Amino acid sequence: MSPRRKTPAATETAAAPSPEAAHHAGLLRQMLLIRRFEERCVELYSAGEIHGFVHLYIGEEAVAVGVNQALTPDDAIVSTYREHGHALVRGIPVTAVMAEMYGKTTGCSGGRGGSMHLFDAKTRFYGGNAIVGGGLPLAVGVALADKMRGRSRVTACFFGDGAVAEGEFHECLNLTALWQLPVLFCCENNLYAMGTALARAQAQTDLAVRAASYGMPAWAVDGMDVLAVEQAARHAADAVRGGGGPHFLELRTYRFRAHSMYDPDRYRDKTEIEEWKRHDPIDALAARMREAGELTGDALAAIDADLAAELAVAIDKARGDPLEPVTDLTRFVYSPRRP
Amino acid sequence: MTSAGPGKTSYREALRAALREALLADDRVFLMGEDVGRYGGCFAVSLGLLEEFGPERIRDTPLSESAFVGAGIGAALGGMRPIVEIMTVNFSLLALDQIMNNAATLLHMSGGQFAVPLVIRMTTGAGRQVAAQHSHSLEGWYAHIPGLRIVAPATLEDARGMLWTALEDPDPVLIFEHGSLYNMAGVLPPDAGAVDIDSAAIRRPGTDVSLITYGGTLGTALDAAEELAGGGIEAEVVDLRTLRPLDDETIMASVRRTHRVVIVDEGWRSGSLAAEVSARIMEQAFYDLDAPVERVCSAEVPMPYPRHLEEAALPRVPAIVAAARRAVG
Repeated sequence: MSPRRKTPAATETAAAPSPEAAHHAGLLRQMLLIRRFEERCVELYSAGEIHGFVHLYIGEEAVAVGVNQALTPDDAIVSTYREHGHALVRGIPVTAVMAEMYGKTTGCSGGRGGSMHLFDAKTRFYGGNAIVGGGLPLAVGVALADKMRGRSRVTACFFGDGAVAEGEFHECLNLTALWQLPVLFCCENNLYAMGTALARAQAQTDLAVRAASYGMPAWAVDGMDVLAVEQAARHAADAVRGGGGPHFLELRTYRFRAHSMYDPDRYRDKTEIEEWKRHDPIDALAARMREAGELTGDALAAIDADLAAELAVAIDKARGDPLEPVTDLTRFVYSPRRP
Repeated sequence: MTSAGPGKTSYREALRAALREALLADDRVFLMGEDVGRYGGCFAVSLGLLEEFGPERIRDTPLSESAFVGAGIGAALGGMRPIVEIMTVNFSLLALDQIMNNAATLLHMSGGQFAVPLVIRMTTGAGRQVAAQHSHSLEGWYAHIPGLRIVAPATLEDARGMLWTALEDPDPVLIFEHGSLYNMAGVLPPDAGAVDIDSAAIRRPGTDVSLITYGGTLGTALDAAEELAGGGIEAEVVDLRTLRPLDDETIMASVRRTHRVVIVDEGWRSGSLAAEVSARIMEQAFYDLDAPVERVCSAEVPMPYPRHLEEAALPRVPAIVAAARRAVG
């Protein structure tokens, strides 16, 4: 309990929470939204309702939620195939993301993309890219356009530790630093490129050091601590927005689930997974809030109930939403209007 | 600047005039690639443009094909109209991920939300003794990919006019410039401007056999037609111009006039563009044929360095003439 919460007035009335408490509650809710969304996806996948590759973000929620706090609606996001979390916190409606999992026309990509290819022009969400490292050049270009047009915007580019092994990573870090482009590189280091541990793939496992060698500020952040992520992202994004050139955050995190729904997870020690689960970002924030008196009684259960209801509505809607007619098969290959 | 002589324009100058016009007309247009600026372009196409438009719009890049092609895609998404130059088609393979998995695919994956109005120019083809990593004709591979538009200017008018139309296209357009054409010179009308990038063109009318070709082998096919005319065979020469989508209508109309076909393609024969054109003729005009479709392609070998072997590998006039005579019978 924090001292200021000990006053009777603060505990006995339903006064509005402090701005800080409200902020924390918002972060908690966003992380829980991602977690519960994906837990429902596991059920739906097992039930044969959704298909394809589904890559779960469970365990890494603090990264998407924390970084998003530093972005404005004008900023852009380029993401990976493990992007449900980025899409949801960016503000793509839950119904549209869920409908995309079902391949329905109401999905955020019209059903054409699926789990790995969530897109949304309205929120400048330039996609789930399923080629490791393939999104980085896009981010360079989106930021180049902003810079050439004199727009003060940030492009947040998410990728994993696996991408560090790709040539595109090195080409793009060099190019953004050379041209001083407004990119915030967010390396979600979950220690495994599918089944290959970082130390089995990289001679230098300190990824911030690799990035810094290209001439940009780069540092590692505890990716299981949403407040630490938020603080680092705000600092970095402000600098990028202010013309400070690209910045690089190595967000040290861990996925609690397997790489994809097909992965038997034979390459990780169960005790390692359990150890990381002790640093669950949702539990960590909830504990901190309880300690500060910001989360009391059954407030957490109430958020969960609320999210469960929201997800149930989204799933029901997605089930009933229309599939695209097969006669439209070759749509979206070329633009409908040419000069 | 290089000059083709009084009253004449070279293919290189026509391309440069098109670039200059686009840069003047639309401030979203910029050129990006290896040595396009200070060096003046590997083939001197952009010579002088850096001085006129500055380093922001004539943008030299590191040797990072995947990054700068992808940056072109991203900049197109961000509202610009980038022109990306890749030195040769062989180098474009380093950017194939971006071209195939992003440029050609984003519109579809996003359910129509993100079009990619990007133009990529690159050099293709052999004939300059630059051996097996600078000489291939891989435009047929690109023509395999839905989502891309592939064009091959073979004339001064098309070198001058295809770029602007490509820039106006909402989707990615790849322009293949055959390396042997840069010094080709002729009279370009002063009012030469934008041309369509949809249709094939009849470059020489004829009645006895259709020589169907594009890009660097158009001149070869025209030379062959001249030689055939000397022997009493009137060949019609069809310039495909746009390799994807193919202009089936013009192709089939020619087949229905001549009933005999020789396809001339500098790509390798197996799985080639020539194979695609041949299959379409079989599907759409089989009963108009009086003889099997002939193909004259490059020999299936990485391009050798010595002149005599390179010449032997490429589609040349004698092979085209022989194929046409076989077809005519």
